[in-house]
Amino acid sequence: MTISDLRNAAKDSGASGASGAGTPGASAAVGRSGKPKTGKPKKQRTWRSYSVYVGLALIFAYCLAPFYWMLVSSLRRTADIFDNTLLPAPFSLENYAKVFDGSTMFGQALLNSLIVAGTTTVFALLLGVFAAYAISRLNFRFKSVILGVIIATSMFPGIAVVVPLLRLFTDLGWINTYQAMIVPSLSFAIPLAVWNLTTFMKALPFDLEEAAMIDGCTKWQAFRRVLLPLAAPGVFTTAILTFIHSWNEFIIALSMINDPRIQTATVAISKFTGATEFQAPFGEQMAAGVIVTVPLVIMVLIFQRRIVEGLTAGASK
Amino acid sequence: MTTTTTAPPAGAQPGTPQTASPASPRKRGHRGNRTPGEGRMAALLLSPTLLVLALVIVYPLLAAVHQSLYRAESGLDADGFVADVESFVGLANYADLFVGETGRRFLNALGNTTFFTLTTVFLETVLGLCLALAMNRAFRGRSFLRASILVPWAVPTAVSGLLWRWIFQSDGIANTLLGSEILWTAEGNASRAAIIIAEVWKTAPFIGLLVLAGMQVIPGEVYEAAKIDGAGWWRQLGSITLPLVKPTLLVAVLFRMLDALRMFDLPFVLIGPGKESVETLSMLAWDESNQLRYGSASAFAIMLFLYVAVVAIVFVKVLGADVTGAKELKLISKKSRTKATRTQKAEATR
Repeated sequence: MTISDLRNAAKDSGASGASGAGTPGASAAVGRSGKPKTGKPKKQRTWRSYSVYVGLALIFAYCLAPFYWMLVSSLRRTADIFDNTLLPAPFSLENYAKVFDGSTMFGQALLNSLIVAGTTTVFALLLGVFAAYAISRLNFRFKSVILGVIIATSMFPGIAVVVPLLRLFTDLGWINTYQAMIVPSLSFAIPLAVWNLTTFMKALPFDLEEAAMIDGCTKWQAFRRVLLPLAAPGVFTTAILTFIHSWNEFIIALSMINDPRIQTATVAISKFTGATEFQAPFGEQMAAGVIVTVPLVIMVLIFQRRIVEGLTAGASK
Repeated sequence: MTTTTTAPPAGAQPGTPQTASPASPRKRGHRGNRTPGEGRMAALLLSPTLLVLALVIVYPLLAAVHQSLYRAESGLDADGFVADVESFVGLANYADLFVGETGRRFLNALGNTTFFTLTTVFLETVLGLCLALAMNRAFRGRSFLRASILVPWAVPTAVSGLLWRWIFQSDGIANTLLGSEILWTAEGNASRAAIIIAEVWKTAPFIGLLVLAGMQVIPGEVYEAAKIDGAGWWRQLGSITLPLVKPTLLVAVLFRMLDALRMFDLPFVLIGPGKESVETLSMLAWDESNQLRYGSASAFAIMLFLYVAVVAIVFVKVLGADVTGAKELKLISKKSRTKATRTQKAEATR
């Protein structure tokens, strides 16, 4: 709360500072091709707003064009998959029907992804909330060391976990089980959750908890009744981020699973092969890609402010 | 910088000297106001996390080190059947990293990994900075812009690999637009370019977002003052914006580098496994373990781990990237310490 207030304040002041038309070179931010302006301030202003819009349009195109192409291609018929029109000429849901026709078990793969990513997120949050509380609220020795170690583990290359665990899980008979994906996924999900939650909790004022403890709450009660409700938005943001990361996970699911009934959606679409050997089923692949991505895009649209806050909270201090 | 956003401690008010809760008398230890109960509680709260991390990180790491000292060899077992026997070979798996066929593959993968990391992170940083500068000036449609910039970030890497493979088909849209007939998804430099383009597309917005957040906490007065002093846009960028976003940028670049060093999904889906011109260390190790050569796979994984560790240490120690927010933590404990001393003073004046 306080953080976003301050950010908004800084944003506003930054905005007023930047918009207070002054320096000639300022418009170069977007349109660098702009010649040094010597014209009247009014004319300069319109030119600048145009250049800003051009810049924005470029960013939109950059971010969305590839995704749009995937969407358009998924809506073509197999026969016109190589068309280059901007809209699918005969609009068709043929590819989507094929994706779900049962032979690919794509629906099952989506469900598997949901189970794995969901369970990973729940475990990571459960552990993360307590760890983050300890780090952000309690005084104890080796605090920075422990936080450092937790963050260092998030930099761990996935393959260095996969190779030994593959061996272990083979011995345990865990290959082709959910836990074979969930347990290794915790190696990146827990550090992510702990770190995000710590940043959020640190930003919350101590005073309310202190007031609660003066009123006779124990530390645990202050945590449960005061801090946790206040940190709920942060917990929620962390849940979204962790879920997206687990949903997008690939190398673990690829290595631990070879049964199509257990594999997750990201692995399933990478293994999509068509009926013919010579032509990859691009239409179906695009349709499957859209299906895997759309839930994430919807989440992004709804929770964009939170996600950006969560992504940037750790890095911008 | 913005760490001080938490409200200043209100303990100095004369009416509330009891802030140090009377129930737990605080022992003023050698480092701040630590109570034995707090340490025990912290240990209790942290132990599940540390335990799980030990299980999924430390154990695999040790197992990999152990495994890398062994090699599976086909031999005859006691009953005379052909069987895989694991024998201790010492550091032979590591020695092999630099000679013969394995050495050639390893050095090639090492080169690819380094090449991809340097090129993609450089391009992402430049592009991300441009994106952030442009977004920082956009006032209308900012939320729409933010949502669209999150799309490449949210697309799963495997899906983005698939998407770019479609775009880079020999008769796909990229060749149509360029009027070229490049075989992007075969071996060679074109496939490297395809990987770089796809990776930069996905990750530059991420850097842009982080840098934008860093830019937005720079107070406008600084720019106003610079303007009054006659500093142009470039001068403002070089003397204000870049130095002030440098800490943010450093952390973003570090995270991107560590991510790029373990690159796997994108080349795997976009080009395919076992292609020499795009094989990264992660792909090589995966391929080896797929062939059940766990010993050399572990050796590759350990080398990648060391590579990542060295890069991280260089960033944190030499360049001073403040990853953990250690400065912030110190600030907090200092704050509570001053609060404690204030409380003591207030008690003394009573």
